[in-house]
Formats: sequence, C-alpha cells, structure tokens
Amino acid sequence: MSLAAQLPALQVVVPLLTAPLLVLLRGPSLAWAAATAASLTSFAIAIALTAAVLGQGALHYEMGGWQAPFGITLDIDALGALMLLLITGASSVALVSGRESLARDIDPGRLHLFYAAWLIAVAGLSGIAVTGDAFNVFVFMEISSLATYVLIAAGPDRRALTATFKYLIMGTIGATFYLIGVGLVYMMTGTLNFADMEVRVADVTDQLPILVAAGFITVGLALKAAVFPLHLWLPNAYTHAPHIVTAFLAACSTKVAIYVLLRFDFFVFQGNLEDHAFQFSMFLAPLALLGILVGSAVAMVEGNLKRLLAFSSVAQIGYILLGASFASEAGLTAAVAHMFNHALAKGGLFLAVAAIAMRVSGVRLTDIGGVGRRMPWTTAGLVIAGASLVGIPGTAGFVSKWLLLQAAFQQGTLGIMAAVVVILSSLAAVVYVWRIVEQAYFGEPAAEGITVGEAPWPLLAGVWMVALANIYFGVSPELPVALAESAAGELLRHLP
Amino acid sequence: MEFLGLYNYWVFAVLLMIGFYVVIARPNMIKKLLGLSIFQAAVFLLYITMDKVEGGTAPIIQKGVEDAIYSNPLPQVLILTAIVVGISTTALGLALVVRIYEAYGTIEEDETQQRDLEQ
Repeated sequence: MSLAAQLPALQVVVPLLTAPLLVLLRGPSLAWAAATAASLTSFAIAIALTAAVLGQGALHYEMGGWQAPFGITLDIDALGALMLLLITGASSVALVSGRESLARDIDPGRLHLFYAAWLIAVAGLSGIAVTGDAFNVFVFMEISSLATYVLIAAGPDRRALTATFKYLIMGTIGATFYLIGVGLVYMMTGTLNFADMEVRVADVTDQLPILVAAGFITVGLALKAAVFPLHLWLPNAYTHAPHIVTAFLAACSTKVAIYVLLRFDFFVFQGNLEDHAFQFSMFLAPLALLGILVGSAVAMVEGNLKRLLAFSSVAQIGYILLGASFASEAGLTAAVAHMFNHALAKGGLFLAVAAIAMRVSGVRLTDIGGVGRRMPWTTAGLVIAGASLVGIPGTAGFVSKWLLLQAAFQQGTLGIMAAVVVILSSLAAVVYVWRIVEQAYFGEPAAEGITVGEAPWPLLAGVWMVALANIYFGVSPELPVALAESAAGELLRHLP
Repeated sequence: MEFLGLYNYWVFAVLLMIGFYVVIARPNMIKKLLGLSIFQAAVFLLYITMDKVEGGTAPIIQKGVEDAIYSNPLPQVLILTAIVVGISTTALGLALVVRIYEAYGTIEEDETQQRDLEQ
C-alpha cells in the first residue's frame, strides 16, 4: 500500500491528530506554525486528490479494509474534491495571513486551544466531504459544528457569545432533523452507505417514510446551510466572530451543508421517489428567490460592514440553491461553480475586512471612511473581490452568474422570472459594494483610530492572493467549471 | 391494534414536540438547553425502537445457542455515538451560558438583547 492510496483517510486524519498535539504545544507561535503546517498539508492532499479525481474518476477507499455496506467507505467524487479544495484552501489562506489579526482578537493564553478547535473544524468539514456513510456525515457535521461554535465564541465582543448560543441551538436542531431523516431511511432500507442506499431505496414499497425522511433531511440541512428563512443565526455569527474566523467560515461552512443536501437528494431520493424532482424544485426555488431578494435588500441598507457581507452571503446561498433547484445539468453546473466562486469572492472580502480592521477602530461603514487613501493596496484587493461578488466580467463571480443565467433561460417562464431576480440582485450587489467603495475612497476619515499604513504584509499578501485568484478563475475558469460539470453529471445520473 | 402497537413512535413524536416547544417558547437559556436535550432524547428513542426485533434478545453470541433471535445492534451503536454528541453539545451550551451570565448578568435571551440595544 503506497501512501498515495491512503490520501482520502489522511485528509481527515492529519488535522484531527494535529489538534490534540496543539493543546500540548502551548506556545502561541508554535501552535500557529503547527496548525498552519497541518492545514497546508491538508491543502496539498486535497490538490492531489482533485488531480486524481480529474484523472481517473471518483475515488473509493474502504476504511480499515471493511467491505462497502458493512464498513465505512470514503467516496470522493468531483463535488467532494471541490469541497475539499475550498475547505483546506480557505483554512490555509486564513491561517497563513491571519496570525496577527487573531493574536489581536484572542487572549494569548488560549490561542493554542483556539488553533486546536480550528483544526478540528477543518477535520470535521473535510470528513463530511470525503465520507460515503450517512451517519458518518452526522458525526463529522457535529464535530465541525462544535468546533465552529468555539471559534465564533472567541470573538472579542460579548455579543459573540449570544450569537454562538443562537447558532448552537439552531445548528443542533438542524443536525437532529438530519439524524431523524437518516434514521427513517435506515429503518426502511437497513443501510447507511450512500451507494448501497441508492440501490435499496428503489426496492422499498412504502414510500411514505422515505418522503418524510427527505423532508427532515432537507429542512435540517437547510438550517445548517442558512437557507432563507432559516438563516437567522448567520448574520450575528459572522458579524461577531473574529474577523479571520469569518473569512474561513464564509468561504466553506454553509457550502458543505449544501453539498450534503445535493448529495443526499440527488443520489438517494431523486431517482427513487415519485415526482421528487418537482417537489424539490418547488420547495427550494421560492426560498432561493426570496433569499436572494431579502438578503440583497438588507445588505443595501446595513451599516455594519461584516453584517452587510453576511446578508449578501444569504443572497449568494440563494443563487447556489436556485441553480440546484433547476435540477438540470446546466443549473447544477452553475450551482457548483458558484459555490467555488462565491467562496473566493466572499473569502477575499472578509479577509480584506480583517486587514482593514487592523488599522481602524471598527467595522461600521462610517469607521472605514478614507481608508482607500491610507491603505491603497488593501482597499484595491477589497475592490477586486467586491467586483467578483457583483459579477463584473473578467472576475470569477461573472462566470458562475453567466452559467446561472444560461441555465435559467432553459427553464421557460419560471426561469425568466428567476433570471430577472438574479439581475435585480446583481444590481443590488452593485449598490452595496459601491457603498463600501464610496466610503473607502471618498468618505471622511473617522476622528479616532488614525493609524496610518497598510495592513501587516502576510494579511495583505493573503488578500491579494485571493483577489488574483478571483481574476485568474474569471479569465480561465477551466478548473472549477470542469469540476462542476463532472459533479453535475454524477448528480444527475439517475434522472432521465 | 396497530395504532397503539406503535406507541413508542407516539412517545417519540410527543417528546420531540415538547422539546421543540421548550426551545422556541422559553427565553431562559438553561430551559432552552433542557428542551434541546429532550428533543435529542426523542430521536434516541426512535433509533432504539426501530432496532427491536420481536422476541429478540441482546445480540451476544452464546455457546450452544443456535436458534436465538437477536435485536439489531447497529442502531444502538449509532445512538451511543449520538448520545456522546448530545452530551458535548449540552456541555458546550452550558459553558456558553456561564460566559453569557458573566458578561451580561442574566441568562434570559430577551434581556441580553435589551442590554445590547442599550449599549
């Protein structure tokens, strides 16, 4: 057995085993170095796995050598590989560039514990993306959620605590709903393995429990993914978490829940339940459209920079779901590509906010007045990521929005309505990104907090790395689009 | 009497709703966590109920017994894991409530919101 064959397991094992080591290391710098090294190693593994998936198709790994329906298997397809890239990439960039920002937000005596929780979150999220077992998904989901609660509660403000408590209550309800759904499917099929479930659901004569299970799983995961109107935990959690944590979570955590939703729905339910494609679309499309409208509208009037971007995230999750609810190849390609591109844009924006927050007194729009003149490089990075969020041609955001519009026009009248909503909300995005740009370049500097100068160079480098990635994947979007097309093909293989 | 024969599932549904109601209706954070625990315990009951095989015994292989009927052990193992997850969630939730009390001086959700607004 070569090491390359063990990569699917190592993807989870590396961060999971490094986390307890960090607790022993104690020193903040040492802990940071070890966490970053583990995160970069995971990123390298994710790249190797993606290359393997693109080269030879989905990977299959039997944990402990136990055969498929009895043991836990790890299955990595194109969608999973894309998720792994997002999770480990976001974590690596955030850790490499965020050291000084985190040192400011968190008590140095607890920093090593914070990094341990960070790695556990990475392990949990990666675990969801690699596993092929429905119950295993629940366990990894709770591992990542519990770690995420710790990360958010580390925020400097006491409101971080109440935000975390709200997230904990809603997140646990979501996970428990998912658990009920998995239980009902297990009751009818006797299996927890996704591939096995897919085959056995077809033989179930009484479809009612499966239908109920589909409902519980969809609602539970929608809670985790902050789908409108179940997004109530998200704005506060993003606003009050440490800035670097927000950048990491905004890039990947909600998307992992959408990943599980897509996987469960298309692999297990779509091919086997009568009219499920229709029910799925009719349930999610209106929520997606409302989410897009409400998220964009609130973002246009919000005065706190991080909360503004959080509401924009609610709208962007709407885009992803809208693409998925078309249940067509073009729609799913757009949805998956948008997961990737939104992670780049929003991750970049939150990193830039973290960079600016190092030099100004707060993150309200009035606090950042004139930062464009005092820290031009950081602000330029923010503008590029913002352009990608709006979807200006030449940036990554444009590619997936274009794919989404194309998919919408294939859907007839409803699709045209959806396209109108997408265009309206893109205009709204122009408005709220412009509000940031206007304050940054033309606003009056706030009286206090007049530290001059750019953000620390690692953070600046991180912002620019993501900003350049936004341009690179806007000009040559082959990688995400190839992965998205392959993922859409896999998801739809049961549908006519 | 199939209707009453499924009474375990009725208990599951009732417990689930009691837990859910407490989480939604009570502003007190400790009570919310209590509700959450009841909510999760209901799901444990669902899993444990479905693994029972009529006339089945504990799934331990004994010498000389060939024709024993065993209950399904897998849901029990799953729920053991889910109980651990539930305990961790409750512990983390209680730790948060302690920190919230230190920071706000109250554990009523509406009062914490009020204090944030006054600030």
